[in-house]
Amino acid sequence: MGATERTASEKADFKRELTEVVPHLRAFARGLCGRADMADDLVQETLLKAWAAQERFQPGTSMRAWTFVILRNAYLTDMRRNRFRGEYDETVAERVLTAPAGQEEPIHLSDMHRALLTLPPERREALLLVGAGGFSYEEAANICGCAVGTIKSRVGRARSALNTMLADGSIPKRSIEDDTAHRAILEELDDVAAGQGVAARS
Amino acid sequence: MARAKPYAMNAQQSSEQQPEKGAGEAKKPPRKEAQPEWANGLRKLYDSVVEEPLPDSFKDLLSQLDAKD
Repeated sequence: MGATERTASEKADFKRELTEVVPHLRAFARGLCGRADMADDLVQETLLKAWAAQERFQPGTSMRAWTFVILRNAYLTDMRRNRFRGEYDETVAERVLTAPAGQEEPIHLSDMHRALLTLPPERREALLLVGAGGFSYEEAANICGCAVGTIKSRVGRARSALNTMLADGSIPKRSIEDDTAHRAILEELDDVAAGQGVAARS
Repeated sequence: MARAKPYAMNAQQSSEQQPEKGAGEAKKPPRKEAQPEWANGLRKLYDSVVEEPLPDSFKDLLSQLDAKD
């Protein structure tokens, strides 16, 4: 379907760029949802969607930004469909929080990951995009479909929350065991998903 | 377990929608300003995943994409 729209060489370029960006998609997804297996499922879903939508990709623009929008949307949709809801139990939380990927990581990295996962989703994604993915505020705002000032504010709040948590060594297990907090997270996702902006186009 | 929407979140959300100051001043994230130690850790966390070898499932998926057309 639509296979005639692009030349073979354009398709090859798209495929190559898509392939190159997979490790970044995995890193972003891992940061968003915390679990390697869920993250990889999300990336696979993203690749299929990106492939199907390839005619909407403007050659010469950032493949990473374009696919991040798709991944983010897929994540929010899946979360809201509660596909991942079953994973939010204490046992899993314990696994996420105590056994991050890569045993050789210094201990503060696992604290870091844990702290990151306690942030509200919109702040977590903002911090991931800017602080880890190296996107500018403008690019991050485009990916999240919100104002640049909103991204700055979210990154700022995320940073100060992490400062506090990592300085005190007091990382709350907010998400998972507390039903009220859990509910709040799901509501936050609604809010995040509401601001789809650019994302809505894909 | 669908739950009613707590309105407290909306108040917080709307405060976040306010750009705090002149948007568009900084073109780049402020890498320069004093970063706490964890900031580097955040990037390492990300980079450690980027540098992982790609699982076969991805290679399979990518090669199947072509076959579809």
